[in-house]
Amino acid sequence: MGKLLPGFAVVALLMLITGLVWGLAIAPADYQQGNSFRIIYIHVPAAILAQSCYLLMAVAGLVSLVWKMKVADMVGKSCAPIGATLALLALATGAIWGKPTWGTWWVWDARLTAMLILLFLYIGVYTLHSTIDNELNAGKAGAVLSLVGVVNIPIIKYSVEWWNTLHQGSTFSVTEAPKMAPEMWMPLLVMVIGFYCFFAVILMLRTRTEILEREKRTGWVKELVEAN
Amino acid sequence: MYFDSLADFIAMGGHGLYVWLAYSIALVIVVFNIASPILRKRQFMANYRKRLQREQRLAQRQTSETQK
Amino acid sequence: MISPDNSDLSLRRVFWITLRRDLMLAYRRRNDLISPLMFFLMVATLFPLGVSPDPEFLSEVAAGVVWVAALLATLLSMDSLFQSDFDDGSLEQMLLSPQPLALLVFAKICAHWMISGLPLTLMAPLLGVMLFLPEQGMSALVISLLLGTPTLSLIGAIGAGLTVGLRKGGVLISLLVLPLYIPVLIFGTGTVQAASIGLPVEGYLAIMGAILALGVVLAPLAVAAGLRISVSN
Repeated sequence: MGKLLPGFAVVALLMLITGLVWGLAIAPADYQQGNSFRIIYIHVPAAILAQSCYLLMAVAGLVSLVWKMKVADMVGKSCAPIGATLALLALATGAIWGKPTWGTWWVWDARLTAMLILLFLYIGVYTLHSTIDNELNAGKAGAVLSLVGVVNIPIIKYSVEWWNTLHQGSTFSVTEAPKMAPEMWMPLLVMVIGFYCFFAVILMLRTRTEILEREKRTGWVKELVEAN
Repeated sequence: MYFDSLADFIAMGGHGLYVWLAYSIALVIVVFNIASPILRKRQFMANYRKRLQREQRLAQRQTSETQK
Repeated sequence: MISPDNSDLSLRRVFWITLRRDLMLAYRRRNDLISPLMFFLMVATLFPLGVSPDPEFLSEVAAGVVWVAALLATLLSMDSLFQSDFDDGSLEQMLLSPQPLALLVFAKICAHWMISGLPLTLMAPLLGVMLFLPEQGMSALVISLLLGTPTLSLIGAIGAGLTVGLRKGGVLISLLVLPLYIPVLIFGTGTVQAASIGLPVEGYLAIMGAILALGVVLAPLAVAAGLRISVSN
């Protein structure tokens, strides 16, 4: 894992910078929304990542409960704070985007509420891990909560189709062509991939620290600390 | 380049406040997510070293006691 | 270091020492501080989802909803005021000390407010936005909570003091304290609703200030009495 990290970090940095410059400066503004449309280059990647991170956390929880692997516990624990900040970012940028575009910071529609619930779930998992002192039990509790909450993800994804909402439909799908002009969705794609790489980097960073803390009674940790 | 000048870029056609607010929140979150694990690791290393030193001092004291 | 000579421990120093101790203990368990805030947010979220998300409806009830949520969140956090001290025996030490118990209690309540009521007050504008509180009411919301949450902490401490160490302490605190909370709630929401329609709020704020002053003076005495009763159980 240590060898992958620099590679991912470089890719993440390159993609994010490219996407940022492209999205902020080069792509054209939306003819209806003007330049506030550029918030999409943060909002959409953050929202996508917040959901993917939750799926990863739930899968890690499943692996931890069924196969009892400690690494899965640690990955799940590390996902929680990252996912929480990403969900927060998605909600905040969405609200900031909503104000000039639709005149309101917030509306209680299905997708926004489901994203808010996602944030609550993340904080719940994180609180479980930090409150329960026994690591194994904390891991199990967090895994159970992650799995139970996974029903929220399809709700977020399909809420714009099932209910009539203020939030617009998705841009990318596997089967159809994007509904946006290429000059607009290409930097978005770059940002999404960049965010994924960034997520991989910080997940690895966090999990490594978690491994260190959990294994602090072993010999290899002692050698590592003494070597520094 | 979509914008004519740096001033235009910052103003973002009147939506500058919103765009830059959103992007700065994103920056804060990115920085937090990178800094948080790194700081935790450093604190862990520092605590671990202090614990090692304490144990060494304790061991030294015990061996000097048994030698008396 | 503190010298064993009691005359060195002026009342002010005792207050600061106790305040700092509680704040440091809370800092070591920082993650626990998020829970009341999240509860606050979640309770406020329940109303639009359970009743109606219509902005017009919400803007009418926003003041009350935020206040009720703050009240419930404070009530939930009152359990922790004396529990850990009771568990490790330092509460009995406090009762035995020559310093006035009411002062120690007052310091503990101050610390508790700083880590629960104050963050709630700071987070209230966010809830106000989500519940479409009229803009005129925002500052009144914050000020009324600023005056109200310390009162809630003080009154809640009376309940906590009476029930420390009991089995079903949490629910019992609520039963004891909610009747006393109602005046604070009424004046608190009254302030915000008056401001929302543009009426002057000075009268409301004066009353809330008076209630707070009364609480500051009398509540620590009541809490101290309650603690002596509880610990002797």
